[in-house]
Amino acid sequence: MANLTLELEAERKKIRQIAKDCGLDFFETVFELINYDQISQIASYGGFPVRYPHWKFGMEYEQLSKSYEYGLSKIYEMVINTDPCYAYLMEGNSMMDQKLVMAHVYGHADFFKNNVWFSKTNRKMMDQMANHATRIKRYIDRHGYEVVEKFIDTCLSLENLIDRHSILNGPQKMDEIRPDAKKDNFLFKVEKPYMRNYINPPAYIADQKQKQNEKNMQKSQFPLSPVRDVLAFLMHYAPLEDWQQDILSIVRDESYYFAPQGMTKTLNEGWASYWHSHMMTRHILNDSEIIDFADHHSGTTFMQMGGYNPYKVGIELFRDIEDRWNRGRFGRAWDECDDVRERKNWNKNTNLGRDKIFEIRKIYNDVTFIDEFLTEDFCVRNKMFVYKMNKETGKFEVDTRDFKDIKAKLLFQMTNFGQPIIRIEDANFENRGELLLHHTHEGLDLQPNYMDATMQNLFSIWKRPINLVTLMDNEAQLFRYDGNQYTKHSLTDNNKVGEGEQQELPKA
Amino acid sequence: MSIREDQNRFKSIIKGKVRDDFKRYVTSGELIGKREDEFVKIPMPRIDIPTFRYGPKQNEQGVGQGDGEAGEGSGKPGGGKGAAGDQAGEHMIEVEISMDELAEMLGEKLELPKILPKGAKNILAEKNKYSGISPVGPEGLRKFKQTYKKALTRYISSGTYNPEDPMIVPIRRDFQYRSIKKTPLPHTKAVVIYMMDVSGSMGDEQKEIVRLESFWINTWLKKHYKGLDTRFIIHDASAKEVDENTFFKTSESGGTLISSAYKLCQQIIQADYSTSEWNIYPFHFSDGDNWSGEDTRICLSLLKEFFLPNVNVFSYGQVESKYGSGQFLKDLQKEFTNDDRLTLSQIEGRDKILSSIKDFLGKGK
Repeated sequence: MANLTLELEAERKKIRQIAKDCGLDFFETVFELINYDQISQIASYGGFPVRYPHWKFGMEYEQLSKSYEYGLSKIYEMVINTDPCYAYLMEGNSMMDQKLVMAHVYGHADFFKNNVWFSKTNRKMMDQMANHATRIKRYIDRHGYEVVEKFIDTCLSLENLIDRHSILNGPQKMDEIRPDAKKDNFLFKVEKPYMRNYINPPAYIADQKQKQNEKNMQKSQFPLSPVRDVLAFLMHYAPLEDWQQDILSIVRDESYYFAPQGMTKTLNEGWASYWHSHMMTRHILNDSEIIDFADHHSGTTFMQMGGYNPYKVGIELFRDIEDRWNRGRFGRAWDECDDVRERKNWNKNTNLGRDKIFEIRKIYNDVTFIDEFLTEDFCVRNKMFVYKMNKETGKFEVDTRDFKDIKAKLLFQMTNFGQPIIRIEDANFENRGELLLHHTHEGLDLQPNYMDATMQNLFSIWKRPINLVTLMDNEAQLFRYDGNQYTKHSLTDNNKVGEGEQQELPKA
Repeated sequence: MSIREDQNRFKSIIKGKVRDDFKRYVTSGELIGKREDEFVKIPMPRIDIPTFRYGPKQNEQGVGQGDGEAGEGSGKPGGGKGAAGDQAGEHMIEVEISMDELAEMLGEKLELPKILPKGAKNILAEKNKYSGISPVGPEGLRKFKQTYKKALTRYISSGTYNPEDPMIVPIRRDFQYRSIKKTPLPHTKAVVIYMMDVSGSMGDEQKEIVRLESFWINTWLKKHYKGLDTRFIIHDASAKEVDENTFFKTSESGGTLISSAYKLCQQIIQADYSTSEWNIYPFHFSDGDNWSGEDTRICLSLLKEFFLPNVNVFSYGQVESKYGSGQFLKDLQKEFTNDDRLTLSQIEGRDKILSSIKDFLGKGK
């Protein structure tokens, strides 16, 4: 597979050894040398050479290849989280660039292998994706291109409705959320078998069962608790044909595969940048390459106005942490120290920095990382601020440099991938088999036109009206799409969802 | 790799959207500005898969880095990638649509019949030209210079070139020969002659309408005739031939003598386009206010005696101006009822462009 030139292959071996010596622990990494067109193709497929046919990849390719041809952007590095790892180098890049990319890639490969959020990832995803492609192609042969494409569009529209927190403990079991999954808890404990009929007489059991059934009939809360993994729920309970169910499961699989990468963007890029910088400057570069490296490195870690650069924040945080733990600037004594001079000269020579950053790469994700290690000192030193659009001038302005605001803003951007949190509350809403979704509002409204279109897609899967409770323009509202039209009700008067409405609904 | 298929699928979706929205493209000047030789570029908002997502407010805030006090401007307006770029609908991509496809869309939309060229002499003649290069051929056609270059490249890239002793020995692989390319010569030739009234009563809006119509007429005719000539005549009380740019930009004030344009048009046809060989399409746009009944009579007789027997079809479009619509259209209608060598169309405004194009091209001539 690997088609590196002799020169590159020699460098690869060297860099691999250096990475090992630094303590990085990675899956074997296969580098391939490809040209810009191939790299655009693979990048539009999300890094995998084989994906199911869909126009969104074509759109991605159209944009990537155009923007490369016009000189607007260039993909330097791409690495796939599989075992072995696959990484791509672009033909025609300078030797320094190639070395930089290789060093960077070993950082990612180490991260993929060791970070706990990737522990459940399918490392044979290359095969899995190809498998998905084959299955979808078969459905296309059987049901026609446009039918399948339309259904994939629908599934992709719901792609982000997965439970990112279930990545570690495994997905919620879908049969446990049914009301009839409750165990019979009306039986009394029987110590001696011969007492059974006296303690729990058959008449009593029958009676209780009937009561329970009646209760279930009256109020069958389904699902028993709100469901975050909307895709899994639909897979199990929506009236779908087999092939549709399979496609939904494919989209869900791929969505879960990519989720950890989104949850660890800052950490992962910070880690890889930290190591490429470490390895390049200490072991790899020769004198003539220093300037080019500095140029390229600062280009990558340059924080553009108004843009959050995960490379920059990540690498700076890692360096800050290493320094703090090397000098013992942590723990209670440090936190409680108010003396400026003492703080400035604080050095306990603990030398725990390296251990600490390795620990972080193992058990943290972006949210916990920022939450725990973004300190006020760090924000001041890096001149961070929150900016805001000034409506009068139409320009972006520095809003505040207050540490709490910066941190809150950063954390908010990362929560749940920057995606709204939406749960299924009730799949038998109003006892009419309608779907009730609940959006946990965190300060931002949903975009109305996208919301409508997505509800329409949900309808086409669930085939019963879709209801969504959310806060819109500071007012709790229930949006409903019944297959023909949208309606909305304000919920501010009666907070209990549904109650007041039951009378309003026409008995058509 | 099947990315090409996905790409083609994406492009066809985009084209489908253009087709659905065709009327808007016809009546707005958007396409003409983006015209290149063989295709037009259409700016197309990125098509999106809808998801539940945060509204645009999210992008008005963010975390940045740098100097500055609270309330101070934080640098460039719009500030970079994260700030506004991710918002839906702001990704502009251009799709290229070839003139042929565009003509097809027009034809499909308006249900235009195919044009049957006059005389049915649509056999293409072919001409041989030595304009290609091929790695095989007779020695007599060997291209020395190309062969030398090829050999030199080979020497340099394999590292055997010695500047001290610059001897190049070409091998079989290096030889280059002239080769024949066949160029089709269209036998059916067509010319469109646009005449426009630029007197005071024709405003900018009227001219824009004419510009749009002429663009679509050209697109349609080009599909049927390889090598389409266009000529432009403007007139008020007198007529002159101009180039395309001047045609759409000129504004004169003065009276209107339509016959002056017709006479000039007649001269052009007689001088350059023999009526047996050429398919001739004169188009005349005016607000219909001719100076005098006498002049109208001259026009009618020119039409009857010269134009109608000699051209494929003579088209007259009357654009409604702010001063109302003139008499000329009615005069023509009265004189030539049911003569299908003459098409007449009344264009009240932009909305009527499509239907008027259909009037002009709907006869399939």
